[in-house]
Amino acid sequence: MTTDLLFAIRGVRVNNILNVDHLDIRKEKVTCITGESGAGKSTLMKLLNKMISPDSGEIFYKGAPLKDIDSVKHRRKVVMLSQVPLIFPGTIKDNLMMGYMLNGSKPDGDEVLKQAIHNMQMTKELDEDAGTLSGGEKQRLALARILLLAADVYLLDEPTAALDEDTEIMVLGHFMAEIKKKHASLIMITHSRKISEQYAEERIDLSQPPFREEMDNNTRGGL
Amino acid sequence: MENSSIIDIEFWRLISAYLFVLLLIIIFKVRGIARERKLAIAAFRMTLQLVIAGYVLTYLFELSNPLLTLGVILTMEGFAIYTIYKQAGTRLSVNLKKTIAISMIAGTSFCLVFFNFVVIHFEPWYDPRYFIPIAGMIIGNSMTGITLSVKELLKSFTTQKDMIEGALMLGADPKAAVKPYVNHAFDSAVLPTINNMLGMGIIFLPGMMTGQILSGVSPLLAIEYQIVILLGILGSVGLSVILFILLAFRNFFNLNAQFFPEGKN
Repeated sequence: MTTDLLFAIRGVRVNNILNVDHLDIRKEKVTCITGESGAGKSTLMKLLNKMISPDSGEIFYKGAPLKDIDSVKHRRKVVMLSQVPLIFPGTIKDNLMMGYMLNGSKPDGDEVLKQAIHNMQMTKELDEDAGTLSGGEKQRLALARILLLAADVYLLDEPTAALDEDTEIMVLGHFMAEIKKKHASLIMITHSRKISEQYAEERIDLSQPPFREEMDNNTRGGL
Repeated sequence: MENSSIIDIEFWRLISAYLFVLLLIIIFKVRGIARERKLAIAAFRMTLQLVIAGYVLTYLFELSNPLLTLGVILTMEGFAIYTIYKQAGTRLSVNLKKTIAISMIAGTSFCLVFFNFVVIHFEPWYDPRYFIPIAGMIIGNSMTGITLSVKELLKSFTTQKDMIEGALMLGADPKAAVKPYVNHAFDSAVLPTINNMLGMGIIFLPGMMTGQILSGVSPLLAIEYQIVILLGILGSVGLSVILFILLAFRNFFNLNAQFFPEGKN
């Protein structure tokens, strides 16, 4: 196996949702996943984060079978941001601190936290109530929180769905720059063709062959 | 131990108390509320159950046999556990049912032993006159506590699924991911007992104390019992609910730390 391989997916099936015979995802790249609703994009992300396990087939992370890696340890290095931003009761700072706490890592000081918020184009103070933020602000707070963690891989499930286009470009631009600085990898689900064209170094379209074809064959075979 | 100060209610006077039931039935009729049937059944069942309980208790007190006393306690536990299964509303997984039974039995037994042997310390240790009513109060209250926490836990695991999964995705330990909801379930199970303590003695006199005072016991002795009973109930509710919650949340995760809001099988 080549050394730049991050994930190797071999013959993986999840119910009737996802069917991936062969897929490689490379290290330190920005990989965009597209595909129509129901194509299994979120399912694929959850497999990589070990939130679910495949019914059959195998996933390798840096050459090691994912099933042999401790889930919690894996998720601490391969962090995932779900579609619904996770906002806890309390202030913006409380929410950022929750990230470190849940991830089991050492928190940074207030200056770093403030900078993280401003980098996400938010003009908010750390002691403001997170519950009153708008949908777009909540999404950016969740992005700031995950970026503060020292992870190797960032899995983002439609991270900017609630943002207007200008903000989206600025927020993602900053995120990409930070990822490159950390030598981390980014795998992102997006509906936006523009985002995919602008940022993706690798592209996976789950609506296109071979993924779509395999699914159809499988469905036909099952009947 | 004959007590002369309590008046035995004459039979016709006892029957006269059923006039209250009649009063309610008339109100239901006049207002056109279709509840007479249920009230009649309730009045009948209350009478029958208490008469049976009176005879059974008399019999048990006379025999004063350790095995019989323990048998009654076991029956109470079984009935309480069955009631929790019925009241929880949703279908419970086998594992969750086991967890409920274990925490009910362990929590109440520990409190009963401590209460009977250390706090009250009566002789012989199986004296049904003490053992049975105390066990009834402790088991009954733990039952209510666990029922509340089961409902609360299942509800928040379903409604907060996204939050719990979101925390896991960041690398949270399952215990940390569910902590706020587990704590909330514990709090809502113990809160009624705490509220009850706040109103105690001012808003109402609890049944046990009323009974003791009516049967001629001095109010000062009655409150002694009431205080220790309330503390015993608090301890038993707290212990059985925390046991339940600490054991239960594991039923919602598999070995890969993956979350199943309906409980895994």
